[in-house]
Amino acid sequence: MKYVDEFRDPEKARVLLKEIEQLAEQIHQRIQRPVYLMEVCGGHTHSIFRYGIETMLPACIELIHGPGCPVCVLPMGRVDDCVALAQDSKVILTTFGDAMRVPGSKKSLLAAKAEGCDVRMVYSPMDALGLARKNPDREVIFFGLGFETTMPSTALTLLQARREGITNFSLFCNHITIIPTIKAVLDSPDLKLDGFLGPGHVSMVIGNAPYQFIAEHYKKPVVIAGFEPLDILQSIWMLLKQLAAKESKVENQYSRVVPDKGNRVALDAISEVFELREFFEWRGLGSIDHSGVKMKQSWADYDAEAKFVVPAIKIADPKSCQCGEVLKGAIKPWDCKVFGRACTPETPLGALMVSSEGACAAYYQYGDVEKLEQHRISLQELPA
Amino acid sequence: MSSPASGKKRHGKLVSQVITLAHGGGGKAMRDLIDDVFIEAFDNEALNTLEDQARFSLSDLQQHGDRLALTTDSYVIDPLFFPGGDIGKLAICGTVNDLAVGGAKPLYLTCGMIIEEGMPVETLRQIVASMAQTAAQAGVMIVTGDTKVVDKGSCDKLFINTAGVGIIRTGLELGADKAQAGDAVLVNGMLGDHGAAILGARGDMQLSTDIQSDCAPLHELIDVILQAAPHTRFMRDATRGGIASVLNELAEASRVEIEIVEAKTPIRQEVKGFCEILGLDPLYLANEGKLVIVVPKEESDAALHAMKQHPLGAEAARIGTVLPGGRPGRVTMQTVFGGKRIVDMLVGEQLPRIC
Repeated sequence: MKYVDEFRDPEKARVLLKEIEQLAEQIHQRIQRPVYLMEVCGGHTHSIFRYGIETMLPACIELIHGPGCPVCVLPMGRVDDCVALAQDSKVILTTFGDAMRVPGSKKSLLAAKAEGCDVRMVYSPMDALGLARKNPDREVIFFGLGFETTMPSTALTLLQARREGITNFSLFCNHITIIPTIKAVLDSPDLKLDGFLGPGHVSMVIGNAPYQFIAEHYKKPVVIAGFEPLDILQSIWMLLKQLAAKESKVENQYSRVVPDKGNRVALDAISEVFELREFFEWRGLGSIDHSGVKMKQSWADYDAEAKFVVPAIKIADPKSCQCGEVLKGAIKPWDCKVFGRACTPETPLGALMVSSEGACAAYYQYGDVEKLEQHRISLQELPA
Repeated sequence: MSSPASGKKRHGKLVSQVITLAHGGGGKAMRDLIDDVFIEAFDNEALNTLEDQARFSLSDLQQHGDRLALTTDSYVIDPLFFPGGDIGKLAICGTVNDLAVGGAKPLYLTCGMIIEEGMPVETLRQIVASMAQTAAQAGVMIVTGDTKVVDKGSCDKLFINTAGVGIIRTGLELGADKAQAGDAVLVNGMLGDHGAAILGARGDMQLSTDIQSDCAPLHELIDVILQAAPHTRFMRDATRGGIASVLNELAEASRVEIEIVEAKTPIRQEVKGFCEILGLDPLYLANEGKLVIVVPKEESDAALHAMKQHPLGAEAARIGTVLPGGRPGRVTMQTVFGGKRIVDMLVGEQLPRIC
């Protein structure tokens, strides 16, 4: 594709990889252990697997696939609430495609749909608002989730709904916010991490400034990265340059999309509609303070949690699931006890097996080719 | 309407503008529907006798080969009409291709229709005309059929089932278990067109595309391939689940590893862009006119050259190899970027990613 292929040029990759190898070796000599880099965003995880980037990197660089897949980190209790909303015959429940497969404690939305609930896949919240317009006698609920990337479109849709006086539309809000989550990762005691690939799309909205504390307080370099394979390689190279020079700065590799100050219009829309929750429950990571947003009191008439009764029962993650440790880089997906056995993309136990942006599902599907095979073989050798 | 060869002249005339439950009721209305829509369009000796079964002479069948191939498929596509085809064309091509990929000459098809009441007769006529036209193009006859009309909401507009019989040429043994180390993996053209065209035509995502379905009967092209590469090991049309699914089934059945090269895999720019936007992988998108073909290395050039002379194979490409000493059952891809990744079976349906 025009304007895309140049970001996938294998020749340029070879040049970058050579420099990455030299830098990584130099750092490795100094710290006498692998260099651990975390990509925060699920979109990066997807690209890394899609292009086999891990198979090209030197062995002394380990990528840790962070908590940035909003579908993956949704706790089961919230999915149960969503299913409960969908079971109301008045309700048309709308959401993004991959949110439909997330397992609740009993079922996913896909299963609820099969049982007769009116669950519809949409490509944007505006499509959901369109359904509300077309079905004035039904209540259309949009099951909104995602980081600051998807938050503005939800907020703008609500603003539009109010402008048009549409009253049969509401949001079941599960939006989450990235900075407290990164902070929670940084504060965890079993953390192994040397630097971050910052989330490109989130940063397009929030800009660079919110990451400064990572560089200043935690002394870890951050490079905000684009999603094409060369973007990712170049960002890894930039992180290594900083590490080699013992620096920790926030740099912006994705400047063609990410303005330093973020997007004012999007931020204004967010702050008009949403405010921080005191805490929000994450699959795999537990409760994190100020990590989720809810609708402001003045928006209660568009808030599904205010308009409807939701069970709001907290469901603990399955005990056998080690998603939290994978998310923090403490173990690799294939080191988890249930990976590929009780937990597969067909029957995901843990968050990270749910979406192709989750580290476990990505490994399972695209694989660190040899590692995955070794794991599969060892599974075959074990008694079932 | 031409007079049927059997000499039985049909007179039924459909008066209603829409299909109602009466048209499935077994009475005059149904008879009129069959006469006026189906017999009118399909018109052949075996069908026109209106017996409960089509009858064939075994000695006639034996002229084509030594084994009977039998297949069935149901078509439930939404929308009924899409860029590059419609459910009728699909119902013929799909079944013809399922026969032809086994090395069979497709001969006869059945046509079972389940119609939701309220369907405009004109729409049904268009679909039936498209079936007749495609069947003529594919050299097959629709020789028996069945019609049911169901209550509104009991089916989505129209479901079609076609079963088909064909005769497999003597000496031909194609199979998913026949791939060997060193064999070449070919496709006959651009991948993912059908899947992208259907998703686009549903209009849910308000993406306007010019992508046309590749829906086409492949029997002629298959003849061409078999002539050029007489030791062809395997052929399959890469429908639901795309080429990724076919390759996985092949690797599993033959206990071999298959490696494909992303840079050699023909995918239209529009389809790539479509997939980029929606977070889909074109390797898993459905095709309705694309084959995965495995031939011995020595016959690969001949097969490719022959395909390229045919309109349905003009963009044929060699996309991969059966690896010697690879891991059985595995499909891998060399990415355009120089990395390597596993191409696994799809779990469930491909759902667009949120961001």
